[in-house]
Amino acid sequence: MNIDKKIATRQSYGEALLEVGTKNKNIVVLDADLSTATKTNIFAKQFPERFFDLGIAEQNLIGTAAGMATCGKIPFVSTFAVFAAGRAYDQIRNSICYPNLNVKICATHAGITVGEDGATHQMLEDISLMRTLPNMTVMCTSDDTQTKWAIEEISKIQGPVYLRLCRLASPVIYEENTKFEIGKATQIGDGTDATIFATGITVAESLKAQEILKSQGIQVRVVDFNTIKPIDEEIIIKCAKETKKLISVEDHNIIGGLGSAISEVLTSKYPKKLERMGINDVFGKSGKAEELLKHFKIDSEAICNIVNFM
Amino acid sequence: MSTNIQELEKLANNIRIEIINQVYAAQSGHPGGSLSIADIMAVLYFNELNVNPQNPTWEDRDRVVLSKGHCAPALYATLALKGYFNISELQNLRKIDAILQGHPDMKKVPGVDMTTGSLGQGLSCANGMAISAKLDNKNYRVYAILGDGEIEEGQIWEAAMAAHKYKLDNLCVIVDNNNLQIDGKIEDVMSPYPIDEKFKSFGFEVININGNNVKEILQALEKAKTIKEKPTCIIAKTTKGKGVSFMENKAEWHGKAPNEEQYKQAIQELKK
Repeated sequence: MNIDKKIATRQSYGEALLEVGTKNKNIVVLDADLSTATKTNIFAKQFPERFFDLGIAEQNLIGTAAGMATCGKIPFVSTFAVFAAGRAYDQIRNSICYPNLNVKICATHAGITVGEDGATHQMLEDISLMRTLPNMTVMCTSDDTQTKWAIEEISKIQGPVYLRLCRLASPVIYEENTKFEIGKATQIGDGTDATIFATGITVAESLKAQEILKSQGIQVRVVDFNTIKPIDEEIIIKCAKETKKLISVEDHNIIGGLGSAISEVLTSKYPKKLERMGINDVFGKSGKAEELLKHFKIDSEAICNIVNFM
Repeated sequence: MSTNIQELEKLANNIRIEIINQVYAAQSGHPGGSLSIADIMAVLYFNELNVNPQNPTWEDRDRVVLSKGHCAPALYATLALKGYFNISELQNLRKIDAILQGHPDMKKVPGVDMTTGSLGQGLSCANGMAISAKLDNKNYRVYAILGDGEIEEGQIWEAAMAAHKYKLDNLCVIVDNNNLQIDGKIEDVMSPYPIDEKFKSFGFEVININGNNVKEILQALEKAKTIKEKPTCIIAKTTKGKGVSFMENKAEWHGKAPNEEQYKQAIQELKK
Protein backbone atom coordinates (compact mmCIF):
# COMPACT_ATOMS: atom_id res chain seq x y z
CA MET A 1 0.00 0.00 0.00
CA ASN A 2 1.25 3.44 -0.94
CA ILE A 3 0.16 5.80 1.82
CA ASP A 4 1.55 8.82 -0.03
CA LYS A 5 -0.33 8.27 -3.27
CA LYS A 6 -3.99 8.94 -2.61
CA ILE A 7 -6.76 8.87 -5.23
CA ALA A 8 -10.52 8.87 -4.67
CA THR A 9 -12.25 5.93 -6.35
CA ARG A 10 -14.66 8.36 -8.03
CA GLN A 11 -11.67 9.92 -9.77
CA SER A 12 -10.44 6.49 -10.90
CA TYR A 13 -13.97 5.82 -12.17
CA GLY A 14 -14.03 9.00 -14.25
CA GLU A 15 -10.69 8.19 -15.84
CA ALA A 16 -11.58 4.55 -16.51
CA LEU A 17 -14.90 5.55 -18.03
CA LEU A 18 -13.12 7.60 -20.65
CA GLU A 19 -10.96 4.60 -21.47
CA VAL A 20 -13.78 2.05 -21.86
CA GLY A 21 -15.92 4.62 -23.64
CA THR A 22 -13.18 5.16 -26.20
CA LYS A 23 -13.05 1.43 -26.93
CA ASN A 24 -16.79 0.73 -26.91
CA LYS A 25 -19.10 3.12 -28.72
CA ASN A 26 -22.18 1.51 -27.16
CA ILE A 27 -21.24 2.97 -23.81
CA VAL A 28 -23.35 5.97 -22.87
CA VAL A 29 -23.08 7.94 -19.64
CA LEU A 30 -25.95 9.49 -17.71
CA ASP A 31 -25.71 11.83 -14.77
CA ALA A 32 -28.03 13.98 -12.66
CA ASP A 33 -26.37 17.38 -12.33
CA LEU A 34 -23.38 16.01 -10.43
CA SER A 35 -20.94 15.26 -13.22
CA THR A 36 -18.18 17.40 -11.74
CA ALA A 37 -18.46 15.49 -8.45
CA THR A 38 -19.03 12.01 -9.86
CA LYS A 39 -16.25 12.68 -12.41
CA THR A 40 -18.36 11.66 -15.40
CA ASN A 41 -17.43 15.10 -16.73
CA ILE A 42 -14.18 13.56 -17.97
CA PHE A 43 -16.17 11.34 -20.35
CA ALA A 44 -18.62 14.18 -21.13
CA LYS A 45 -15.82 16.43 -22.34
CA GLN A 46 -14.53 13.83 -24.78
CA PHE A 47 -17.86 12.35 -25.91
CA PRO A 48 -20.58 14.99 -25.45
CA GLU A 49 -22.90 13.17 -27.88
CA ARG A 50 -22.89 10.09 -25.63
CA PHE A 51 -23.27 11.98 -22.37
CA PHE A 52 -26.70 12.83 -20.96
CA ASP A 53 -27.24 15.19 -18.07
CA LEU A 54 -30.80 14.51 -16.94
CA GLY A 55 -30.80 17.22 -14.31
CA ILE A 56 -31.92 16.81 -10.72
CA ALA A 57 -34.31 13.97 -11.55
CA GLU A 58 -32.92 10.62 -10.46
CA GLN A 59 -36.03 8.53 -11.11
CA ASN A 60 -35.99 9.62 -14.75
CA LEU A 61 -32.22 9.11 -14.83
CA ILE A 62 -32.62 5.42 -14.02
CA GLY A 63 -35.62 4.91 -16.30
CA THR A 64 -33.88 6.53 -19.26
CA ALA A 65 -30.90 4.23 -18.78
CA ALA A 66 -33.24 1.23 -18.72
CA GLY A 67 -34.81 2.27 -22.03
CA MET A 68 -31.40 2.77 -23.62
CA ALA A 69 -30.27 -0.65 -22.41
CA THR A 70 -33.21 -2.28 -24.24
CA CYS A 71 -31.77 -0.79 -27.45
CA GLY A 72 -28.31 -2.29 -26.95
CA LYS A 73 -26.62 0.64 -25.26
CA ILE A 74 -24.46 0.09 -22.18
CA PRO A 75 -25.47 2.89 -19.84
CA PHE A 76 -23.18 3.92 -16.99
CA VAL A 77 -25.31 5.93 -14.60
CA SER A 78 -23.91 8.14 -11.89
CA THR A 79 -25.11 10.26 -9.05
CA PHE A 80 -24.52 10.20 -5.30
CA ALA A 81 -25.25 6.82 -3.70
CA VAL A 82 -28.06 8.23 -1.57
CA PHE A 83 -29.92 9.47 -4.65
CA ALA A 84 -29.27 6.36 -6.74
CA ALA A 85 -29.97 3.49 -4.34
CA GLY A 86 -32.33 5.53 -2.16
CA ARG A 87 -34.28 8.01 -4.26
CA ALA A 88 -34.55 5.78 -7.31
CA TYR A 89 -34.84 2.40 -5.58
CA ASP A 90 -38.16 1.45 -7.19
CA GLN A 91 -36.88 2.42 -10.65
CA ILE A 92 -33.78 0.28 -10.13
CA ARG A 93 -35.97 -2.56 -8.91
CA ASN A 94 -38.71 -2.54 -11.52
CA SER A 95 -37.15 -0.96 -14.62
CA ILE A 96 -33.64 -2.45 -14.35
CA CYS A 97 -33.34 -5.50 -12.11
CA TYR A 98 -36.64 -7.22 -12.87
CA PRO A 99 -36.06 -7.13 -16.65
CA ASN A 100 -32.36 -7.80 -15.98
CA LEU A 101 -31.17 -4.89 -18.12
CA ASN A 102 -27.55 -4.08 -18.79
CA VAL A 103 -27.22 -0.90 -16.74
CA LYS A 104 -24.17 -0.04 -14.62
CA ILE A 105 -25.00 2.17 -11.66
CA CYS A 106 -21.78 3.74 -10.43
CA ALA A 107 -22.76 5.60 -7.30
CA THR A 108 -20.25 7.95 -5.71
CA HIS A 109 -20.15 9.65 -2.30
CA ALA A 110 -21.19 6.54 -0.38
CA GLY A 111 -20.71 6.23 3.36
CA ILE A 112 -19.89 8.63 6.18
CA THR A 113 -16.66 9.63 4.46
CA VAL A 114 -18.78 12.07 2.42
CA GLY A 115 -17.90 14.18 5.45
CA GLU A 116 -19.10 17.73 5.91
CA ASP A 117 -22.41 17.37 4.00
CA GLY A 118 -23.73 15.30 6.87
CA ALA A 119 -26.37 12.62 7.35
CA THR A 120 -28.70 13.47 4.45
CA HIS A 121 -25.89 12.77 2.00
CA GLN A 122 -24.11 9.93 3.80
CA MET A 123 -25.56 6.77 2.27
CA LEU A 124 -25.24 3.91 4.76
CA GLU A 125 -27.92 1.55 3.44
CA ASP A 126 -27.08 1.12 -0.23
CA ILE A 127 -25.28 -2.22 -0.01
CA SER A 128 -28.22 -3.55 1.95
CA LEU A 129 -30.84 -2.24 -0.48
CA MET A 130 -29.02 -3.29 -3.64
CA ARG A 131 -28.03 -6.69 -2.30
CA THR A 132 -31.64 -7.82 -1.94
CA LEU A 133 -32.45 -7.17 -5.60
CA PRO A 134 -32.39 -10.29 -7.78
CA ASN A 135 -30.07 -10.07 -10.83
CA MET A 136 -28.03 -7.28 -9.23
CA THR A 137 -24.26 -7.59 -8.81
CA VAL A 138 -23.07 -5.38 -5.93
CA MET A 139 -19.49 -4.13 -5.90
CA CYS A 140 -17.44 -1.77 -3.75
CA THR A 141 -13.86 -1.10 -4.75
CA SER A 142 -11.02 -0.14 -2.46
CA ASP A 143 -8.49 1.74 -4.53
CA ASP A 144 -7.54 3.25 -7.86
CA THR A 145 -6.22 0.04 -9.42
CA GLN A 146 -9.20 -2.05 -8.41
CA THR A 147 -11.71 0.58 -9.52
CA LYS A 148 -10.16 0.89 -12.97
CA TRP A 149 -10.22 -2.89 -13.31
CA ALA A 150 -13.86 -2.96 -12.19
CA ILE A 151 -15.02 -0.43 -14.77
CA GLU A 152 -13.34 -2.35 -17.58
CA GLU A 153 -14.76 -5.62 -16.27
CA ILE A 154 -18.37 -4.51 -15.75
CA SER A 155 -18.45 -2.95 -19.21
CA LYS A 156 -17.96 -6.47 -20.56
CA ILE A 157 -20.46 -8.45 -18.48
CA GLN A 158 -24.21 -8.54 -19.10
CA GLY A 159 -26.69 -7.47 -16.46
CA PRO A 160 -27.16 -4.80 -13.82
CA VAL A 161 -24.29 -3.78 -11.55
CA TYR A 162 -24.24 -1.43 -8.57
CA LEU A 163 -20.74 -0.13 -7.91
CA ARG A 164 -20.20 1.81 -4.69
CA LEU A 165 -17.58 4.54 -4.89
CA CYS A 166 -16.07 7.02 -2.48
CA ARG A 167 -15.56 10.73 -2.31
CA LEU A 168 -12.51 10.60 -0.05
CA ALA A 169 -9.04 10.21 -1.55
CA SER A 170 -7.57 6.95 -0.30
CA PRO A 171 -4.22 5.18 -0.61
CA VAL A 172 -3.36 3.17 -3.70
CA ILE A 173 -3.26 -0.40 -2.42
CA TYR A 174 -2.55 -2.49 -5.49
CA GLU A 175 0.12 -2.37 -8.14
CA GLU A 176 -1.02 -1.76 -11.68
CA ASN A 177 -2.33 -4.86 -13.47
CA THR A 178 -3.10 -6.74 -10.26
CA LYS A 179 -5.53 -9.53 -11.13
CA PHE A 180 -9.05 -9.39 -9.65
CA GLU A 181 -12.22 -11.27 -10.31
CA ILE A 182 -15.87 -10.37 -9.76
CA GLY A 183 -17.16 -12.44 -6.84
CA LYS A 184 -13.65 -13.19 -5.59
CA ALA A 185 -12.13 -11.38 -2.64
CA THR A 186 -8.41 -10.60 -2.33
CA GLN A 187 -6.50 -11.89 0.67
CA ILE A 188 -3.64 -9.70 1.87
CA GLY A 189 -1.28 -11.40 4.32
CA ASP A 190 -1.74 -14.81 5.87
CA GLY A 191 -1.75 -14.12 9.63
CA THR A 192 -3.76 -16.57 11.70
CA ASP A 193 -4.55 -14.48 14.78
CA ALA A 194 -7.46 -12.74 13.06
CA THR A 195 -9.10 -12.04 9.71
CA ILE A 196 -10.31 -8.55 8.95
CA PHE A 197 -12.96 -8.60 6.23
CA ALA A 198 -13.26 -5.19 4.60
CA THR A 199 -14.62 -3.42 1.53
CA GLY A 200 -14.07 -0.03 -0.08
CA ILE A 201 -12.58 2.67 2.11
CA THR A 202 -12.13 0.39 5.15
CA VAL A 203 -9.62 -1.81 3.32
CA ALA A 204 -6.92 0.85 3.68
CA GLU A 205 -7.82 1.29 7.37
CA SER A 206 -7.57 -2.47 7.84
CA LEU A 207 -4.15 -2.55 6.20
CA LYS A 208 -2.96 0.23 8.51
CA ALA A 209 -4.26 -1.82 11.46
CA GLN A 210 -2.45 -4.88 10.10
CA GLU A 211 0.86 -2.97 10.24
CA ILE A 212 0.25 -1.66 13.76
CA LEU A 213 -0.77 -5.11 15.04
CA LYS A 214 2.27 -6.66 13.41
CA SER A 215 4.50 -4.38 15.46
CA GLN A 216 2.71 -5.72 18.53
CA GLY A 217 3.35 -9.29 17.45
CA ILE A 218 -0.18 -9.97 16.25
CA GLN A 219 -0.49 -11.46 12.79
CA VAL A 220 -3.70 -10.69 10.92
CA ARG A 221 -4.83 -11.08 7.36
CA VAL A 222 -7.01 -8.60 5.51
CA VAL A 223 -9.62 -9.77 3.00
CA ASP A 224 -10.78 -7.15 0.50
CA PHE A 225 -14.22 -7.78 -1.01
CA ASN A 226 -14.51 -6.01 -4.34
CA THR A 227 -17.85 -7.80 -4.71
CA ILE A 228 -20.45 -8.14 -1.99
CA LYS A 229 -22.94 -9.97 -4.15
CA PRO A 230 -22.22 -12.64 -5.14
CA ILE A 231 -20.16 -12.99 -1.95
CA ASP A 232 -16.99 -15.07 -1.98
CA GLU A 233 -18.13 -17.94 0.26
CA GLU A 234 -14.97 -19.94 -0.22
CA ILE A 235 -12.62 -17.36 1.27
CA ILE A 236 -14.95 -16.73 4.24
CA ILE A 237 -15.01 -20.43 5.15
CA LYS A 238 -11.26 -20.74 4.59
CA CYS A 239 -10.50 -17.81 6.89
CA ALA A 240 -12.97 -19.05 9.49
CA LYS A 241 -11.05 -22.32 9.56
CA GLU A 242 -7.57 -20.82 9.53
CA THR A 243 -7.80 -17.82 11.87
CA LYS A 244 -8.74 -17.39 15.52
CA LYS A 245 -10.87 -14.26 15.27
CA LEU A 246 -13.16 -12.88 12.55
CA ILE A 247 -13.93 -9.19 12.16
CA SER A 248 -15.77 -7.30 9.46
CA VAL A 249 -15.48 -3.55 9.00
CA GLU A 250 -17.42 -1.31 6.65
CA ASP A 251 -18.45 2.30 6.09
CA HIS A 252 -22.12 1.23 6.07
CA ASN A 253 -24.84 0.37 8.52
CA ILE A 254 -23.95 -2.90 10.26
CA ILE A 255 -27.42 -4.07 9.24
CA GLY A 256 -27.50 -5.50 5.75
CA GLY A 257 -24.00 -4.76 4.51
CA LEU A 258 -20.74 -6.71 4.22
CA GLY A 259 -20.89 -8.00 7.80
CA SER A 260 -24.40 -9.30 7.26
CA ALA A 261 -23.43 -10.96 3.98
CA ILE A 262 -20.51 -12.72 5.71
CA SER A 263 -22.72 -13.70 8.66
CA GLU A 264 -25.17 -15.33 6.28
CA VAL A 265 -22.38 -17.53 4.93
CA LEU A 266 -20.98 -18.37 8.36
CA THR A 267 -24.40 -19.19 9.79
CA SER A 268 -25.17 -21.79 7.18
CA LYS A 269 -21.71 -23.06 6.22
CA TYR A 270 -19.30 -22.72 9.17
CA PRO A 271 -20.79 -21.24 12.36
CA LYS A 272 -18.26 -18.99 14.08
CA LYS A 273 -18.38 -15.68 15.90
CA LEU A 274 -17.97 -12.58 13.72
CA GLU A 275 -17.40 -9.13 15.20
CA ARG A 276 -19.19 -6.68 12.91
CA MET A 277 -17.79 -3.16 12.80
CA GLY A 278 -19.67 -0.45 10.98
CA ILE A 279 -22.13 2.36 11.56
CA ASN A 280 -24.20 1.04 14.43
CA ASP A 281 -27.71 1.69 13.07
CA VAL A 282 -27.54 5.46 13.45
CA PHE A 283 -27.42 8.29 10.92
CA GLY A 284 -24.14 9.99 10.17
CA LYS A 285 -23.21 13.61 10.88
CA SER A 286 -21.04 16.44 9.63
CA GLY A 287 -17.32 16.47 10.15
CA LYS A 288 -14.08 15.71 8.35
CA ALA A 289 -13.97 12.22 6.84
CA GLU A 290 -11.01 11.18 9.00
CA GLU A 291 -12.75 12.49 12.12
CA LEU A 292 -15.87 10.55 11.24
CA LEU A 293 -13.98 7.30 10.65
CA LYS A 294 -12.57 7.73 14.16
CA HIS A 295 -15.87 8.86 15.71
CA PHE A 296 -17.81 5.92 14.31
CA LYS A 297 -14.98 3.54 15.22
CA ILE A 298 -14.19 2.16 11.81
CA ASP A 299 -10.62 3.47 11.60
CA SER A 300 -7.37 1.56 12.07
CA GLU A 301 -7.24 2.36 15.79
CA ALA A 302 -10.71 0.95 16.40
CA ILE A 303 -9.84 -2.16 14.39
CA CYS A 304 -6.69 -2.70 16.50
CA ASN A 305 -8.74 -2.34 19.68
CA ILE A 306 -11.27 -4.91 18.55
CA VAL A 307 -8.56 -7.38 17.56
CA ASN A 308 -6.89 -6.92 20.94
CA PHE A 309 -9.95 -7.12 23.13
CA MET A 310 -12.31 -9.38 21.22
CA MET B 1 -53.35 3.95 -44.09
CA SER B 2 -53.41 0.32 -45.04
CA THR B 3 -56.40 -0.83 -43.04
CA ASN B 4 -59.81 0.77 -43.30
CA ILE B 5 -61.78 2.24 -40.43
CA GLN B 6 -64.42 -0.50 -40.24
CA GLU B 7 -61.76 -3.18 -40.08
CA LEU B 8 -59.95 -1.34 -37.28
CA GLU B 9 -63.18 -0.91 -35.35
CA LYS B 10 -63.81 -4.63 -35.67
CA LEU B 11 -60.27 -5.35 -34.46
CA ALA B 12 -60.79 -3.03 -31.48
CA ASN B 13 -63.94 -4.96 -30.67
CA ASN B 14 -62.08 -8.26 -30.93
CA ILE B 15 -59.45 -6.87 -28.55
CA ARG B 16 -62.26 -6.01 -26.11
CA ILE B 17 -63.68 -9.54 -26.35
CA GLU B 18 -60.25 -11.00 -25.59
CA ILE B 19 -59.77 -8.59 -22.67
CA ILE B 20 -63.00 -9.85 -21.12
CA ASN B 21 -62.10 -13.48 -21.90
CA GLN B 22 -58.72 -13.07 -20.18
CA VAL B 23 -59.92 -11.29 -17.07
CA TYR B 24 -62.80 -13.75 -16.70
CA ALA B 25 -60.45 -16.73 -17.06
CA ALA B 26 -58.01 -15.24 -14.57
CA GLN B 27 -60.75 -14.05 -12.24
CA SER B 28 -58.57 -11.01 -11.63
CA GLY B 29 -57.03 -8.19 -13.63
CA HIS B 30 -57.93 -4.74 -14.88
CA PRO B 31 -60.78 -4.58 -17.41
CA GLY B 32 -61.75 -0.88 -17.13
CA GLY B 33 -58.56 0.78 -18.38
CA SER B 34 -57.89 -2.08 -20.80
CA LEU B 35 -61.24 -1.52 -22.52
CA SER B 36 -60.64 2.24 -22.73
CA ILE B 37 -57.44 1.81 -24.80
CA ALA B 38 -58.68 -0.97 -27.13
CA ASP B 39 -59.21 1.42 -30.06
CA ILE B 40 -55.77 2.96 -29.58
CA MET B 41 -54.15 -0.49 -29.49
CA ALA B 42 -56.00 -1.58 -32.63
CA VAL B 43 -54.90 1.47 -34.61
CA LEU B 44 -51.32 1.28 -33.34
CA TYR B 45 -50.68 -2.40 -34.00
CA PHE B 46 -52.84 -2.92 -37.10
CA ASN B 47 -52.13 0.31 -38.93
CA GLU B 48 -49.34 2.36 -37.50
CA LEU B 49 -46.48 0.31 -36.14
CA ASN B 50 -43.60 -0.96 -38.19
CA VAL B 51 -43.22 -4.29 -36.41
CA ASN B 52 -42.76 -7.94 -37.29
CA PRO B 53 -44.46 -10.52 -35.04
CA GLN B 54 -42.12 -13.18 -36.48
CA ASN B 55 -39.14 -11.17 -35.27
CA PRO B 56 -40.27 -9.41 -32.07
CA THR B 57 -36.82 -8.09 -31.16
CA TRP B 58 -36.03 -6.70 -34.64
CA GLU B 59 -33.85 -3.72 -33.82
CA ASP B 60 -35.45 -1.31 -36.28
CA ARG B 61 -38.99 -1.92 -35.04
CA ASP B 62 -41.25 0.75 -33.60
CA ARG B 63 -41.55 0.41 -29.83
CA VAL B 64 -44.54 0.61 -27.50
CA VAL B 65 -44.22 1.16 -23.77
CA LEU B 66 -47.46 0.45 -21.94
CA SER B 67 -46.57 2.59 -18.97
CA LYS B 68 -49.97 1.90 -17.42
CA GLY B 69 -48.88 -1.69 -17.14
CA HIS B 70 -51.97 -2.91 -15.30
CA CYS B 71 -53.78 -2.69 -18.65
CA ALA B 72 -51.75 -5.68 -19.80
CA PRO B 73 -54.89 -7.54 -20.95
CA ALA B 74 -55.31 -4.96 -23.75
CA LEU B 75 -51.67 -5.39 -24.79
CA TYR B 76 -51.77 -9.19 -24.59
CA ALA B 77 -55.02 -9.38 -26.59
CA THR B 78 -53.52 -7.14 -29.26
CA LEU B 79 -50.23 -9.05 -29.45
CA ALA B 80 -52.07 -12.37 -29.72
CA LEU B 81 -54.37 -11.10 -32.47
CA LYS B 82 -51.35 -9.69 -34.27
CA GLY B 83 -49.71 -13.11 -34.17
CA TYR B 84 -46.93 -12.72 -31.60
CA PHE B 85 -48.17 -15.81 -29.75
CA ASN B 86 -51.09 -18.21 -29.82
CA ILE B 87 -54.42 -16.76 -28.83
CA SER B 88 -55.06 -19.74 -26.55
CA GLU B 89 -52.28 -18.40 -24.31
CA LEU B 90 -54.67 -15.65 -23.21
CA GLN B 91 -56.55 -18.19 -21.13
CA ASN B 92 -53.48 -18.42 -18.87
CA LEU B 93 -53.31 -14.77 -17.84
CA ARG B 94 -52.01 -14.37 -14.27
CA LYS B 95 -51.76 -18.13 -13.76
CA ILE B 96 -48.74 -19.84 -12.32
CA ASP B 97 -46.08 -20.61 -14.97
CA ALA B 98 -47.87 -18.43 -17.56
CA ILE B 99 -45.86 -16.04 -19.73
CA LEU B 100 -48.68 -13.53 -19.28
CA GLN B 101 -47.84 -12.03 -15.89
CA GLY B 102 -50.23 -9.66 -14.11
CA HIS B 103 -48.13 -6.81 -15.49
CA PRO B 104 -46.10 -6.94 -18.74
CA ASP B 105 -42.76 -8.73 -18.56
CA MET B 106 -40.53 -8.08 -21.58
CA LYS B 107 -38.42 -11.14 -20.82
CA LYS B 108 -41.39 -13.48 -20.95
CA VAL B 109 -43.80 -12.14 -23.59
CA PRO B 110 -42.81 -11.78 -27.26
CA GLY B 111 -43.70 -8.28 -28.43
CA VAL B 112 -43.51 -6.57 -25.04
CA ASP B 113 -40.86 -3.87 -25.43
CA MET B 114 -40.63 -2.80 -21.80
CA THR B 115 -41.44 -4.31 -18.44
CA THR B 116 -43.91 -2.04 -16.66
CA GLY B 117 -46.28 -2.06 -13.74
CA SER B 118 -44.94 0.38 -11.19
CA LEU B 119 -46.69 3.51 -12.45
CA GLY B 120 -44.83 6.52 -13.74
CA GLN B 121 -41.76 4.70 -15.03
CA GLY B 122 -42.58 3.99 -18.67
CA LEU B 123 -42.12 7.44 -20.15
CA SER B 124 -38.51 7.58 -18.97
CA CYS B 125 -37.87 4.22 -20.62
CA ALA B 126 -39.54 5.39 -23.82
CA ASN B 127 -37.27 8.45 -23.75
CA GLY B 128 -34.26 6.17 -23.48
CA MET B 129 -35.41 4.24 -26.54
CA ALA B 130 -36.08 7.43 -28.53
CA ILE B 131 -32.67 8.85 -27.60
CA SER B 132 -31.05 5.56 -28.69
CA ALA B 133 -32.80 5.78 -32.07
CA LYS B 134 -31.31 9.23 -32.59
CA LEU B 135 -27.85 8.09 -31.49
CA ASP B 136 -27.98 5.23 -33.98
CA ASN B 137 -29.57 7.29 -36.78
CA LYS B 138 -32.52 4.92 -36.89
CA ASN B 139 -36.02 5.89 -37.96
CA TYR B 140 -38.07 3.88 -35.53
CA ARG B 141 -40.70 5.61 -33.44
CA VAL B 142 -41.56 5.11 -29.79
CA TYR B 143 -45.08 5.22 -28.35
CA ALA B 144 -45.71 5.55 -24.62
CA ILE B 145 -49.22 4.92 -23.31
CA LEU B 146 -49.92 6.65 -20.00
CA GLY B 147 -52.90 6.60 -17.71
CA ASP B 148 -54.44 9.91 -16.67
CA GLY B 149 -54.18 8.87 -13.02
CA GLU B 150 -50.63 7.70 -13.65
CA ILE B 151 -49.48 11.19 -14.57
CA GLU B 152 -49.91 12.13 -10.91
CA GLU B 153 -46.51 10.45 -10.52
CA GLY B 154 -43.69 13.01 -10.40
CA GLN B 155 -41.39 10.91 -12.58
CA ILE B 156 -43.69 11.53 -15.56
CA TRP B 157 -42.88 15.23 -15.40
CA GLU B 158 -39.16 14.59 -14.96
CA ALA B 159 -39.38 12.56 -18.16
CA ALA B 160 -41.52 15.17 -19.92
CA MET B 161 -38.81 17.77 -19.29
CA ALA B 162 -36.18 15.42 -20.72
CA ALA B 163 -38.26 14.56 -23.83
CA HIS B 164 -38.33 18.25 -24.63
CA LYS B 165 -34.64 18.79 -23.87
CA TYR B 166 -33.64 16.03 -26.28
CA LYS B 167 -36.17 17.12 -28.93
CA LEU B 168 -37.66 13.65 -29.15
CA ASP B 169 -39.83 14.07 -32.23
CA ASN B 170 -39.70 10.29 -32.62
CA LEU B 171 -41.64 9.97 -29.36
CA CYS B 172 -45.42 10.00 -29.18
CA VAL B 173 -47.08 10.00 -25.77
CA ILE B 174 -50.71 8.91 -25.57
CA VAL B 175 -52.59 9.76 -22.37
CA ASP B 176 -55.62 7.55 -21.82
CA ASN B 177 -57.89 10.17 -20.29
CA ASN B 178 -60.72 7.97 -19.02
CA ASN B 179 -61.11 10.25 -16.01
CA LEU B 180 -61.16 7.53 -13.36
CA GLN B 181 -58.63 6.05 -10.98
CA ILE B 182 -59.09 3.50 -8.20
CA ASP B 183 -60.38 5.93 -5.60
CA GLY B 184 -62.69 7.82 -7.94
CA LYS B 185 -62.63 10.66 -10.47
CA ILE B 186 -59.14 11.94 -11.15
CA GLU B 187 -60.16 15.53 -10.46
CA ASP B 188 -61.39 14.47 -7.02
CA VAL B 189 -58.46 12.25 -6.07
CA MET B 190 -55.61 14.45 -7.35
CA SER B 191 -56.41 16.44 -10.43
CA PRO B 192 -53.82 16.45 -13.20
CA TYR B 193 -56.01 18.84 -15.24
CA PRO B 194 -55.50 20.72 -17.46
CA ILE B 195 -53.49 17.84 -18.95
CA ASP B 196 -53.12 19.45 -22.38
CA GLU B 197 -51.88 22.77 -20.98
CA LYS B 198 -49.40 20.95 -18.74
CA PHE B 199 -47.83 18.99 -21.60
CA LYS B 200 -47.87 22.11 -23.78
CA SER B 201 -45.96 24.05 -21.13
CA PHE B 202 -43.46 21.19 -20.92
CA GLY B 203 -42.76 21.72 -24.63
CA PHE B 204 -44.93 19.07 -26.27
CA GLU B 205 -47.09 19.39 -29.36
CA VAL B 206 -50.51 18.48 -27.96
CA ILE B 207 -53.41 16.90 -29.86
CA ASN B 208 -56.79 16.45 -28.18
CA ILE B 209 -58.95 13.64 -29.55
CA ASN B 210 -61.74 11.24 -28.77
CA GLY B 211 -59.64 8.19 -27.99
CA ASN B 212 -62.47 5.80 -28.71
CA ASN B 213 -62.82 7.11 -32.27
CA VAL B 214 -60.65 5.19 -34.72
CA LYS B 215 -60.65 7.94 -37.32
CA GLU B 216 -59.47 10.55 -34.83
CA ILE B 217 -56.74 8.23 -33.55
CA LEU B 218 -55.54 7.62 -37.12
CA GLN B 219 -55.40 11.33 -37.87
CA ALA B 220 -53.62 12.18 -34.61
CA LEU B 221 -50.92 9.55 -35.16
CA GLU B 222 -50.44 10.81 -38.73
CA LYS B 223 -50.08 14.38 -37.51
CA ALA B 224 -47.64 13.36 -34.76
CA LYS B 225 -45.25 12.05 -37.41
CA THR B 226 -45.10 15.47 -39.06
CA ILE B 227 -44.07 17.29 -35.86
CA LYS B 228 -40.35 18.03 -35.82
CA GLU B 229 -37.92 19.01 -33.06
CA LYS B 230 -40.31 18.24 -30.22
CA PRO B 231 -42.31 15.34 -28.80
CA THR B 232 -46.05 14.94 -29.32
CA CYS B 233 -48.66 14.15 -26.69
CA ILE B 234 -52.07 12.89 -27.75
CA ILE B 235 -54.66 13.41 -25.04
CA ALA B 236 -57.15 10.66 -25.77
CA LYS B 237 -60.49 11.27 -24.08
CA THR B 238 -61.88 7.82 -23.49
CA THR B 239 -64.56 5.96 -21.58
CA LYS B 240 -63.31 3.59 -18.92
CA GLY B 241 -64.91 0.18 -19.46
CA LYS B 242 -65.85 1.18 -23.03
CA GLY B 243 -68.05 -1.36 -24.81
CA VAL B 244 -69.48 -3.13 -21.78
CA SER B 245 -72.49 -1.17 -20.53
CA PHE B 246 -72.26 -2.00 -16.87
CA MET B 247 -68.51 -1.35 -16.74
CA GLU B 248 -68.59 2.04 -18.45
CA ASN B 249 -67.53 4.99 -16.29
CA LYS B 250 -67.44 2.87 -13.15
CA ALA B 251 -64.26 3.13 -11.04
CA GLU B 252 -65.14 -0.18 -9.39
CA TRP B 253 -64.33 -1.97 -12.68
CA HIS B 254 -60.74 -0.71 -12.56
CA GLY B 255 -59.48 -3.99 -11.20
CA LYS B 256 -62.25 -6.54 -10.88
CA ALA B 257 -63.23 -9.66 -12.81
CA PRO B 258 -66.80 -10.34 -13.98
CA ASN B 259 -68.77 -13.27 -12.60
CA GLU B 260 -70.34 -15.79 -14.99
CA GLU B 261 -73.53 -13.83 -15.55
CA GLN B 262 -71.66 -10.57 -16.06
CA TYR B 263 -69.22 -12.31 -18.36
CA LYS B 264 -72.00 -13.64 -20.57
CA GLN B 265 -73.63 -10.24 -20.76
CA ALA B 266 -70.34 -8.53 -21.58
CA ILE B 267 -69.54 -10.93 -24.40
CA GLN B 268 -73.07 -10.71 -25.73
CA GLU B 269 -72.86 -6.92 -25.86
CA LEU B 270 -69.45 -6.99 -27.56
CA LYS B 271 -70.52 -9.59 -30.15
CA LYS B 272 -73.58 -7.59 -31.19
